Amino acid sequence: MTNDLPLDPIAIDVGDLLQKTVTSLYSHLVTRQTGRAVRMAIEAQLRAAGEMSLSLIDLSEVTVLDFSCADEVVAKLLQRYQGPDRVEAFFVFRGVREPHRHQIEVVLERQGLAAVAETDPGRFELLGEASTEEARSWRALEDRGLLTGDEVAQVTSEAGGEVALERLLSRRLAFRSPITGRWHALSRLVSHLL
Amino acid sequence: MYVITVPGSLDHQTVDEFLDRVAAADESRALFDGRHVRWVDPNGMLALLAGGAAIVQRSGARPRLELPESADVVGYLSRMGFFREAQGIFEFEDQPPRRAGGPSDVLLEITPVRANPDVHEVVNRVQTRAGAILASKLDYPGTAVVQFSVILSEVCQNIVEHAESPGWVAAQAYNWSKRLGRWVVAISVMDLGRGFKGSLGAEHAARYGDRWSDATALEAAFLHGLTRFPDSGRGQGIQQIRRQVQRWNGAITIRSGTARIGQVPEWDDTPPLTDGLAPFPGAQISIVLPARKVGDA
Repeated sequence: MTNDLPLDPIAIDVGDLLQKTVTSLYSHLVTRQTGRAVRMAIEAQLRAAGEMSLSLIDLSEVTVLDFSCADEVVAKLLQRYQGPDRVEAFFVFRGVREPHRHQIEVVLERQGLAAVAETDPGRFELLGEASTEEARSWRALEDRGLLTGDEVAQVTSEAGGEVALERLLSRRLAFRSPITGRWHALSRLVSHLL
Repeated sequence: MYVITVPGSLDHQTVDEFLDRVAAADESRALFDGRHVRWVDPNGMLALLAGGAAIVQRSGARPRLELPESADVVGYLSRMGFFREAQGIFEFEDQPPRRAGGPSDVLLEITPVRANPDVHEVVNRVQTRAGAILASKLDYPGTAVVQFSVILSEVCQNIVEHAESPGWVAAQAYNWSKRLGRWVVAISVMDLGRGFKGSLGAEHAARYGDRWSDATALEAAFLHGLTRFPDSGRGQGIQQIRRQVQRWNGAITIRSGTARIGQVPEWDDTPPLTDGLAPFPGAQISIVLPARKVGDA
């Protein structure tokens, strides 16, 4: 936790969680029941994290991810923390390689959600449903990592840019420090955990 | 004794004819005459099990199974684990052969699906075997094994989540040199549960009124992703299986009750919807994935 950031990002290894909470016999994230158990284990960890949290959900050790599990572990997890009256939980998904990507995109789009994901080592993308303005503003923030108030005006000079940035904030896809007002790309905030 | 003649070639193209014969059996004692079976694929094997189990369900009496005269077919049934499952369903005149030990060429032996751990078991098994077969026989990319596992996982979950009755899954690769000039992988999943109409009825039947039937229930699930759960995240499994099978230029058909619905490519002449079949319990899913041709994506 720094002066600028009232949160301490945590890493949650889904492969590890799967073995500890569901079964030590299987390493695949398949079946809705398994997905639900893993999601509930993640939520239990988040309850201990307080009113504001940022989690790196690591799927690197997962070989197979089916649609039912993607719906539980990604879409439903995000849904639980959407809305202004909810606990402020931010997520970055790690290890979203090609075999998992399609399943995650499908469940996100079906629910009108988006998520920040590391799709290759060091490469972050916005997956799921986002408007052109949201995608453009997210990319601008992602490329810079950090934006001050003045810089926001520069990078979001096009119509709708600033609104889109606010929208990213409400969708928990970007973080604005309540202390300094600076905007942070979520990937930058978890970089020390990668 | 009611005699049900098993077609000489019992595969995805003849299972409906066979299941219709089973549905028509109207005596408590039944005999499955399989002596002339020369060829059987996973659909045929599971149809035999489902047919026998349907008779037990209906009459309480185990039917008798006359084994194929062909030693090759009996050996193949044994390698696929057919007799292990058939022991509790059929009566046999002679003791059926035990499965030979040693390495197997089978992609996925007949595996019972009753609960969540069974789906994990299926995915685990195919992960170790499917990669090599999909690459060498079908020329699919290395990542295809994950999509293949996802298909199996979702299709097996259909039993766990909706059928409320156990079922089976099996898969094998074949060289369809005469029929298609290519290798294929055939996947079959069958159960004797409440079927699509039974699963969706409480939630959706009223909206369809008089049109509600096995055919409309299949259309609702297969084409529109309807499910009995109000949760909008549900109903994706079959939709996504259908799309992945289409990407691989494969065929998928589902029989439930009196109807069969399908999505078939140009090489398969199965009609997209067949209605008026004999009522048979549960759901019977067939997927055929062909090898890639030069020029395929």
